[in-house]
Amino acid sequence: MTESTSLWTPELIAVVMAAVKAIVLLLGLVIVAAMLIWVERRLLALWQDRYGPNRVGPFGLLQVSADMIKIFFKEDWVPPFVDKPVFLLAPAVAMITAMLAFLLVPVAPGWGVAPDLNIGVLLFLALASLEVYAAMLGGWSSNSKYALLGGLRATAQMLSYEVFMGIALMGVVIQAGSFQLDHIVAAQRHLWFIIPQFFGFCMFSLAAIATTHRFPFDLPEAEQELTAGYHTEYSGMKFGMFFVAEYVGVVLVSALLTTLFLGGWQGPFADRLPWLGFVWFALKTFFFVMIFILLRGALPRPRYDQMMALGWKFCLPLSLANVLVTAAAVLANTAGTV
Amino acid sequence: MFDTLKAIYSNLRSMVMIFSHATRKRDTILYPEVKPYLPPRYRGRIVLTRDPDGQERCVACNLCAVACPVACISLQKTQAEDGRWYPEFFRINFSRCIFCGLCEEACPTSAIQLTPDFEMGEYDRQNLVYEKEHLLINGTGKVPDYNFYRVAGLAIAGKPIGTAAHEARPVDVKTLLP
Repeated sequence: MTESTSLWTPELIAVVMAAVKAIVLLLGLVIVAAMLIWVERRLLALWQDRYGPNRVGPFGLLQVSADMIKIFFKEDWVPPFVDKPVFLLAPAVAMITAMLAFLLVPVAPGWGVAPDLNIGVLLFLALASLEVYAAMLGGWSSNSKYALLGGLRATAQMLSYEVFMGIALMGVVIQAGSFQLDHIVAAQRHLWFIIPQFFGFCMFSLAAIATTHRFPFDLPEAEQELTAGYHTEYSGMKFGMFFVAEYVGVVLVSALLTTLFLGGWQGPFADRLPWLGFVWFALKTFFFVMIFILLRGALPRPRYDQMMALGWKFCLPLSLANVLVTAAAVLANTAGTV
Repeated sequence: MFDTLKAIYSNLRSMVMIFSHATRKRDTILYPEVKPYLPPRYRGRIVLTRDPDGQERCVACNLCAVACPVACISLQKTQAEDGRWYPEFFRINFSRCIFCGLCEEACPTSAIQLTPDFEMGEYDRQNLVYEKEHLLINGTGKVPDYNFYRVAGLAIAGKPIGTAAHEARPVDVKTLLP
């Protein structure tokens, strides 16, 4: 009796609980990302005066299952001309980097895999930079022109947008005084950072769209120009991994925008009812997801050089100015108090 | 700077415009539940019509088969006891047909006509080959009162030469009398 109880030490229980949380979040994330395929098609259809998938199951909800069944049973063909190990590695990199960053996000009070990681924002930036390897390696190892051009564009796009992505977040970090995401959420108790950090918000959302390769910054996979860009040569579940990774990226970036600028899970009564915190978080995240889809429905794709020019000539100076002004303001305030 | 602001404004404006489409009526017709309106001259399933007397209109002239760009019509002429021509068999292979309507335009007796019906899907390709019994309908189609043998000069049993509508008796060239 004592032996069996001594097996469940508090440490072990904590580890098991953390593992369960991680698995729940992981599964939930993948399912949400898959459902986004349906959400996106329905919303795009709504804004284009169509219906979208509405045949399979209620409201077409089972379309996702049908697509999944299809993609699992498709022939997973590796072309003979590719660099095989790298070709196989690339979709895994896409999926892993997209999902790993989600461990930072506090989805509800006290819920999350590691929201108390003290290098939170930095880890996200690091993973976002690693995400470029998926596109780059996929495009390079495919040994085909379209894929290479797509990988090339992805690399250039990442280079120009990673830079001010980090800088845009520094304003939030300065104001919260911490890289830790649950501290950042706690710092927005009275005022969401979207108000004092409006330019930081704008810059970060631009960079976030660019890192997920979504419209209007989907140049790496511009269908009209590059067939499918860096994943032209992929088929079956490997393509599916790129595809789902893109939607995981959308969820991740929306969740981060929520956490960093819209107060995360904070909202009326969220302190008293923890589950309500999750509802607020989910609603805010879905709001950003919707904006992402609306962007896709509304905007044209800029030219390659226009996109880079926007990054370097407009967003980078603006986010630098934002950091300077924020730092000056914070310094002035603390100097006054000290 | 002004250009940048203008660009931001124009992008936001198009986003609002697209979002406002959420309240518009959708253009899609939910097909199997709601049937679309097809005008009477729609070029769908091909039929063989009958004249107002209920006889087959087709005189097996083969003009439709000649006009058909994909050669999906085949027929064989035969003759009835009373002198009428009619097709012994008339076969349209709808797996080849492109519904161009040239057969309808070529037909001198308005026998072959296209109808506003497109729901001809089959699981077995061979079922798309329509024989005469599948094509022939019990009506006049789009031309209600045309009867070829009643206006044509061809003599058949019960209608000697000169008795067709608007047709004069043949001139007797061997007499001078009016």
